[in-house]
Amino acid sequence: MIWNEAKECMSRDEILNMQGVRLKKTVKRVYHNVEFYRKKMQQMGLEPGDIRGIEDLNKLPFTTKEDLRENYPFGLFAVPQSEVVRVHASSGTTGKATVVGYTRKDIDIWQECVTRVLAMSGIGANDKIQVAYGYGLFTGGLGLHYGAENLGATVIPMSVGNTKRLITMMEDFEATAIACTPSYLLHIAETLEEMGKVDKIKLKAAICGAEPWTENMRREIEAKLNLKAYDIYGLSEILGPGVAADCDAHNGLHVYEDHFVPEVINPDTLETCKEGEVGELVFTTITKEALPLFRYRTKDLTSISYDPCECGRTIARISRFKGRSDDMLIIRGVNVFPSQVEAALLEMGETSPHYILIVDRVNNLDILEIQVEVAEHFFSDEIRKLEGLTKKISHVLQTALGLAVKVTLVEPKTIARSEGKAKRVIDKRKLL
Amino acid sequence: MQIKQLSVFIENKEGRLEGVTQVLTDHNINIASFSLADSAEYGVLRMIVSDPEMGRQALKEKGFSASLTDVIAVKIAQKPGTLHQVLRLLFEAGFSVEYMYTLATAGTDTSIIMKISDINGAIDVLKKNCYGVCTAKEAYEINNIINK
Repeated sequence: MIWNEAKECMSRDEILNMQGVRLKKTVKRVYHNVEFYRKKMQQMGLEPGDIRGIEDLNKLPFTTKEDLRENYPFGLFAVPQSEVVRVHASSGTTGKATVVGYTRKDIDIWQECVTRVLAMSGIGANDKIQVAYGYGLFTGGLGLHYGAENLGATVIPMSVGNTKRLITMMEDFEATAIACTPSYLLHIAETLEEMGKVDKIKLKAAICGAEPWTENMRREIEAKLNLKAYDIYGLSEILGPGVAADCDAHNGLHVYEDHFVPEVINPDTLETCKEGEVGELVFTTITKEALPLFRYRTKDLTSISYDPCECGRTIARISRFKGRSDDMLIIRGVNVFPSQVEAALLEMGETSPHYILIVDRVNNLDILEIQVEVAEHFFSDEIRKLEGLTKKISHVLQTALGLAVKVTLVEPKTIARSEGKAKRVIDKRKLL
Repeated sequence: MQIKQLSVFIENKEGRLEGVTQVLTDHNINIASFSLADSAEYGVLRMIVSDPEMGRQALKEKGFSASLTDVIAVKIAQKPGTLHQVLRLLFEAGFSVEYMYTLATAGTDTSIIMKISDINGAIDVLKKNCYGVCTAKEAYEINNIINK
């Protein structure tokens, strides 16, 4: 069903008009409350009054993850701390987390967006939904949780980590929906098959996101579990899960344009792409209070369409993601930058900075292996010491990345040196 | 009395061990003795060779992680209980053995190569108890004549 027809089915003129009004208000507020943006706008000779409508959006400066990092932790917040009711954080590119904040109203908007997504997936008050995203600083768990409660569904807050217990509750509680990463759902499906329990479960819908997946994976999940699987997209900088999601047509993800204005740009020239042309997705928040962002560069590659969808919604759709314009990896829903690995290794001071990340998918679970060359200065003739080193590196990387890592020591100069930019990643997962 | 052992890091991969012996062969370096310690993913090849420093340099040039480690070679008779006596002596003196293996021997008796927590302390104790300890030259050239 369409949860909020008034907002999801407006005419294009109504959408643009509403976006213009909200953008103007946001720009004024941000200019006065956030020094970072005020300075940027002053440097560009831009005043709040210059933004007269949504057509002036491209006059505003871009924002990047680095900007968030440089203003760590709360430098870009536009409200006093007393109005912030929650923070979330995700891993940054070099160790420092990206911190985001929410006012009470921001949380309300977030849960409204997630509720729209769940309703679009056919979930309602009579459903019991297992939320199997991580709860905590990661936005996945709590984001889905509050959206599902707002819908009136029964939430089973599983979080991550114990597949057997998840399956037991899935069966005993007769769960009808699940929210988790698509690769984890495939893993659950295979475990159910092994246990001979596929017929015993009552799932009818799955809300999958936090990592890229393909149309083939969606079909495989649907066939294995006899349910409907939907794609949910989000990023903590803009909101968390619920920025966009797909409907039964599976023809792109609907963006909640009354809160987030999407643009697609050429990542090299920064020019706006034509409708349908693939480029980097950029978002401007027009209702966020705690952390409003102008033209935030997501680094996700996609294209945009403004054609009304067969489901009746008129809001813009973004196509299934075509990759990233940076080197970020998403492993089991966790964002990983090769630079984080490098920073952690250099901090240890014991290893040469020659390393490579090998990502693979075994039994539908992502495995991250990091090969590190054994430099002469720390090579030991004792296996015990080498194993101690391996453990230490694993521990440091696990702490830095928030992800279990298998560390393998390799001989010096066995990791290929390439000219110019070093190849730091081998991704064996077949996704696209 | 300390002997330089040539230690090399080797991945558990086809042809790596052969890569090491190739380098030593090319430099006309003889391997007097060796032991290979292995884990699931890699191994450490420990060798007593005719010219450890040249061996290290040559391996380094070929991209191996190689280092020299101080070890001792204790001469013992080839009969029951001799190894036990040496180990008990070291244990009672408070030294621990990191690892050990035998040195190839020209004659009927043998020598045990040991990496010990305190090499100089161990040499003193062994000498006081009339054990022979190989000189570097003896070890590198497999010329270890048994004194005890």
